[in-house]
Amino acid sequence: MKQYANVVTAYLIMIGLIILVGVFQSWNIALAILNFCLISAVMTMGANIQWGYAGLINFGIMGFTALGGLAAVLISVPPVKEAWQVGGLSMLFCLVIIVLIVFSVRYVLKNFKNAKRKNIYVAAIIIAGLIILRIISGPAIDSIEAVEPAKTGFLGGLGLPIIFSWIAGAFFAAGLAYIIGKIALGLRADYLAIATLLISEIVIAVIKHEDWLARGVKNVIGLKRPVPYEVDLQSEQWFINLVAKWNSGTLDLISTTTEKQAALAQLVIESSSVFVKLCYSGLFIIVVAILLIVTQKALYSPWGRMMRAIRDNEEAANAMGKNVVKQHLLIFVLGSAIVGIAGAMMVTHDGLFTPGSYRPLRYTFLIWVMVIIGGSGNNFGAVLGGFAVWFLWIEAAPIALFLINFFTHSLAETNAFKLHLIESVPYFRFLMMGIGLLLIMRYRPKGILPEKIIKQ
Amino acid sequence: MDFVNAIILLLNYIIVPALSYGSQLALGAIFVTLIYGILRFANFATGDMMSFGTMFAVLLTWYFQSLGISLGVLPTALLTIPFAIIMMILYMLTIDKFVFSYYRMKKSPSVMLAMVSIGVMFVTQAIVRIIIGPFDRRFFDGERFILKANEFKEMTGLNEGLTIKSTQVLTIIITAIVVSILFWFLNKTKTGKSMRAYSDNEDLALLSGIDPKKVVMITWMIAGILATIGGVLYGLDKSFKPFTYFNNMLPIFAAAIVGGIGNPFGAFLGGYVIAFSEIFITYAYKKFFMYVLPESMEPNSLIQLLSTDYKFAVSFSILVIVLLFRPSGIFKGKVL
Repeated sequence: MKQYANVVTAYLIMIGLIILVGVFQSWNIALAILNFCLISAVMTMGANIQWGYAGLINFGIMGFTALGGLAAVLISVPPVKEAWQVGGLSMLFCLVIIVLIVFSVRYVLKNFKNAKRKNIYVAAIIIAGLIILRIISGPAIDSIEAVEPAKTGFLGGLGLPIIFSWIAGAFFAAGLAYIIGKIALGLRADYLAIATLLISEIVIAVIKHEDWLARGVKNVIGLKRPVPYEVDLQSEQWFINLVAKWNSGTLDLISTTTEKQAALAQLVIESSSVFVKLCYSGLFIIVVAILLIVTQKALYSPWGRMMRAIRDNEEAANAMGKNVVKQHLLIFVLGSAIVGIAGAMMVTHDGLFTPGSYRPLRYTFLIWVMVIIGGSGNNFGAVLGGFAVWFLWIEAAPIALFLINFFTHSLAETNAFKLHLIESVPYFRFLMMGIGLLLIMRYRPKGILPEKIIKQ
Repeated sequence: MDFVNAIILLLNYIIVPALSYGSQLALGAIFVTLIYGILRFANFATGDMMSFGTMFAVLLTWYFQSLGISLGVLPTALLTIPFAIIMMILYMLTIDKFVFSYYRMKKSPSVMLAMVSIGVMFVTQAIVRIIIGPFDRRFFDGERFILKANEFKEMTGLNEGLTIKSTQVLTIIITAIVVSILFWFLNKTKTGKSMRAYSDNEDLALLSGIDPKKVVMITWMIAGILATIGGVLYGLDKSFKPFTYFNNMLPIFAAAIVGGIGNPFGAFLGGYVIAFSEIFITYAYKKFFMYVLPESMEPNSLIQLLSTDYKFAVSFSILVIVLLFRPSGIFKGKVL
């Protein structure tokens, strides 16, 4: 038990901080922070599997997150029948052509020995395939996008409950990770970082500009929810009773019935959004718990030991007969799949998909700050990093405002310097992240909760 | 006549813009490649360091304008570049002293240094945004155009106009000067040679008496010059916005790798490779073919290989292709 003491204290401090926000700001904000902390925790677990277990740098987290989000749209939105009628067949045909291209390229790569000729054939197949795709898809895309462009203008999805998208998102991300892994995993570490960063930008560019797929920058809003809507809750009798019972102390103090009714109505509105957020928190905690158990088991299994061996000395592991390339690909796919789950969870929580908002700073570098600060190689550390950094990211503005006011209290309210500082409060979060990362890397390079090797 | 028109069309929409954009990328790519070759890490703070230097040029330009100092037809910003460079070098040396040198002493793996550079990226970004804000800033003054489309049409009697912005010419000339001085320095002077030796084989260079501290300091100084000039030229040509500079890091990295990372000449050419391919592939050739082909064969579609939305994606795809077939870049750099 003693070895877990610091883990438990760190988590208790974190929970205490969130409760403090609940008490001093509002429970709504506290729960919003908690939900995003949980989503960030899933992302950091994905990145931690790749970096902490195997030493692979994946700077493409943004791309996998976006693919998870795309899955949420494609699973939950009901299909747009008109769009399918005007262009569905051609798009399916395009899919068949893509599959054909892939298989013919594979066939050429396998069966031709002459390297120069092989490259020419592959290039010819791809270029010819792309031209055919353009010719077939062009008019189909135009007609799909012309179907009620203000509301739909895309093929829509399957119309299933959105919760399935968490699994589909994992598969989407895993598929992309497989392709990237095949291309780029042979590269050295910092090269892999740059390559994945750039590939994730390509993914975002495609999602942003292929309007027939998920409306692109026009965004998809009003996605279905796995939890009840606030408006429905507010009219449910059991919920009103519950709120009345919960707040009976404060309600009893009010004497007149009309005022009591008004206060109760206000409380119901407030608690309904808290209740919805609590439902999300419950769902997310289940995901985080399952992932924690599985990753923790994996880490201390023979497979986990093998991964650490490969990370610490690739050549030695290779000499022991471990297939390094295959294991790297496997772990890259697994980690990315977890990030995909997080992406789907995030879109589910927000209820909207906005491809324009995916930026590398927020979705790649911030996640990496979380992994490094939390402790790479330690799942509890990664989760804690997700919590701590997200908390700081949100609460940085109030903290910075407080600090500025504290240090400039001698200056007049209208002082230009002070006003300028207060105006730029939102950017202090970057400063805090940067300094936090630099300090941790300098004085505690293994993170808040370092990796623990349990010797059997 | 039609043929000349077609050529002018290409010049106007492809060659001149690509040359100036390529020069801006090339300066950044040489910066990346120098840091990679000599300090041995991928610097993720590249874009933000460029915006840091440019920020000083912008602030000083405003100050000079308020004093009434100007260069007439040339932009005032040119006058501020030396001061901005000094600030940039001071900042870089401070960062190196407090952040990077520790890991260099410890001989940390380059991945560690790359992670540290992400910390520097966050800090630099915060400083820039706190000082000048995240908004779009224009700081160009002086004569905007050297050649306007209408004037050109009147002068030559052609259908197509040719517009040349003064910033484009300035960019190309300044890049040519800076790059030739740099190559002269690296190839002919003793300090330059010691830098190349250090990049090639650190231990051997140390054995032959090269002072590593001096090499590192000079590398940062050259990096500061390149970053500031590249940043200011980009800002003059388009506009200064911290977020755009951060994003420019990506094509710059692509240029450095395509050219062969660690190889300054490769990086220089890589900048143009990226710029030209971005513009070549996303340009709509309809008008060009209308001039070149006889009327019966005129195309009715745009003849655009990819829509301009995919401008960035083009350079990254080129990078992927290069990685697949020639991981050391077009001009042999360090094998990664």
